[in-house]
Amino acid sequence: MSGGPHALAPDDFDRVSVRDVSRTFGRRRALARVSLDCRAGEIVAVLGPNGAGKSTLLGILATLMRPSDGEIRYGARTAAEAGDGLRGRIGVLGHDLFLYGELTARENLRFFGRLYDVSDLDARVDAALAAARLSDRADDRAGAFSRGLRQRLALERALLHAPRLVLLDEPFTGLDDDSAAHLSARLRELKLHGAIVVMATHDFETADGVVDRAICLDNGKLRDVPAGAGPLRERYRQALREARG
Amino acid sequence: MTRTLQAAWTIARKDLRIEARSRELVYTTLFFAVACLLVFAFAFVRERPIDNAAAGILWVALAFSGTLALGRTFERERQGETLRALLLAPVERGAVYLGKLIALLLLMAAVEMVVVPIVGLLFSAPLLRAPALLAGLLALGTVGFAAIGTLFAAMLVRASSRDVLLPILLYPMTAPLLIAGVQGTAAIFADEPNLVLAQNWLAMLLFFDAVVVTVALWVFGAVMTE
Amino acid sequence: MMNRLVPILLIAAAVIFGYAPFLIRDSPAEDTMGVVFKIFYFHVSSALTMMLSAIVCAIASAAYLRRRSRTADHIALAAAELAVVFGAIVLITGPLWARKSWGFWWVWDARVTSTLVMWMMFSSYLLLRKYAGVGSETLSAAVGVFAGVMSPLVYKSVDIWRTQHPTTNVLPSLPPGMRGVWLWCLVGFLLLYVALMALRTRLAASQAALDDLHLALED
Repeated sequence: MSGGPHALAPDDFDRVSVRDVSRTFGRRRALARVSLDCRAGEIVAVLGPNGAGKSTLLGILATLMRPSDGEIRYGARTAAEAGDGLRGRIGVLGHDLFLYGELTARENLRFFGRLYDVSDLDARVDAALAAARLSDRADDRAGAFSRGLRQRLALERALLHAPRLVLLDEPFTGLDDDSAAHLSARLRELKLHGAIVVMATHDFETADGVVDRAICLDNGKLRDVPAGAGPLRERYRQALREARG
Repeated sequence: MTRTLQAAWTIARKDLRIEARSRELVYTTLFFAVACLLVFAFAFVRERPIDNAAAGILWVALAFSGTLALGRTFERERQGETLRALLLAPVERGAVYLGKLIALLLLMAAVEMVVVPIVGLLFSAPLLRAPALLAGLLALGTVGFAAIGTLFAAMLVRASSRDVLLPILLYPMTAPLLIAGVQGTAAIFADEPNLVLAQNWLAMLLFFDAVVVTVALWVFGAVMTE
Repeated sequence: MMNRLVPILLIAAAVIFGYAPFLIRDSPAEDTMGVVFKIFYFHVSSALTMMLSAIVCAIASAAYLRRRSRTADHIALAAAELAVVFGAIVLITGPLWARKSWGFWWVWDARVTSTLVMWMMFSSYLLLRKYAGVGSETLSAAVGVFAGVMSPLVYKSVDIWRTQHPTTNVLPSLPPGMRGVWLWCLVGFLLLYVALMALRTRLAASQAALDDLHLALED
């Protein structure tokens, strides 16, 4: 990561503040006045039924979408104030993985590494391939991989440039037990290095062991899932019940 | 600025690498262009081709096949939502536009290098009368067409009815470019060639291209953020 | 304010259009074309109105891209629709006039061709708006900007193209007796245009307000 805990590089930030963010698509409200604060070294799970607005929230956090209302600040600045460099501090694992099927695993990583101006690219790519346990398949076309393998590669692509804000959309999908354990370990490592991880997931059990906080989106509205005793799934269901009255 | 150009070139190289593997776009675009020529031959050849048909036929075939190539190069970015990944990179949005544009231009150059001689052959067009001028017209006309086309195709990536909306939007909008290209080429191919006129059209194309690329660059960033 | 103005504009336009036929009937007949020429008054006014609407659409589209203001979007949409409507009037009255005056329906000169191309550009704007799905406001704004930028280029390129093949049908310049009548009709068209813009923009704003109410209801 860049610098020590006290020295932030120019584009870097140590917290993300979401203030009353709404997003509408015509008659459909995807997010309704969502407010959220995340700090460095936190892992936040975004839970909720399908269509609740999780992907929309991640999209807005990634600066791919503008909120219809409200604002998001990365540190002290909004995306507009921070400019293009801000995106260099954000890593996204999208639902559709962001990989070129016709390129090999290595080529995918090298391509994005160049775009993100990653220093020491060859070494970093090798390390990423090792972390994804794809070193022996580095020169196979990504399109030939199973969903789980592509997921692992896509995660490394998202993390290659050591981003501050890590946005993951359903990262545990398609992962076998082993890979899921590796991902959990990876997330803990990110947390230690001061990353802010926001993760949309349906995988309650795995998330439970890893996340610091959970929030729940229901029809665009945000509800905290209180910490406490009991499995995450139960606390989530409880929060939903309360929200729906 | 250099960072932007470097990023654009990285993106263009990526497209070229993918294309070099399958060669799908090159072959299919080329054959589609030749298929167009065939249809035009049925339409415009009597005992010999209608006067000055060659210029028009060439440009229409390139416009049609270029439109298809545009659609399909962005279709590639739809799978895996990689266009979004490109927009997430910490470079100016214009770099993504330029990168895709450069890759498309190289593809069209490859196609034109085959189609133009075939047109010369099938429709008795005097290609060697003013080769530099002809190349210039083709190059600048293609740049302008692709400049507008890349913007529109990128815009439509997530839209419904995008296959048919692209030509609907593109053809009226690129009218000045097509007119200049056809007329300049016709001036070269005519029985009494008018090379000065062709040069004038070349100059107009240069002006059109400058306008189009500037506006497209300005609009691209604004349009690609939802 | 616009709401109160609209009925006034419509009444004024109605008065102008009501009296126009009499003025046109009494205006001097043009030498070569006779009475058919009198379609000119509506034809040219429609063309100028169409071009005005095109400029409005282009500017509103640019404003929308800059500031994402809903009002700018409504204005751009209304202007595009009216450009198509008035353009249709031009493209219908033109051939009727040409047929009667010169014996053919269509001529590929600069004015006619660029009108056709502009009409198609704004029609494509509307098709995009209707069929592209979510986010079509932004997409069509890009088309609006380009339509505004390309229109003069279309005119110029067709102009140069056609001067290579000059036609024998030159549009006569307007003799003084006709100028007054033409201005009368032009003013009528412009009043009608402003009224229609106000109405259409208000309609779009109402639809947006309805969407807002829908959303508020869910809260």
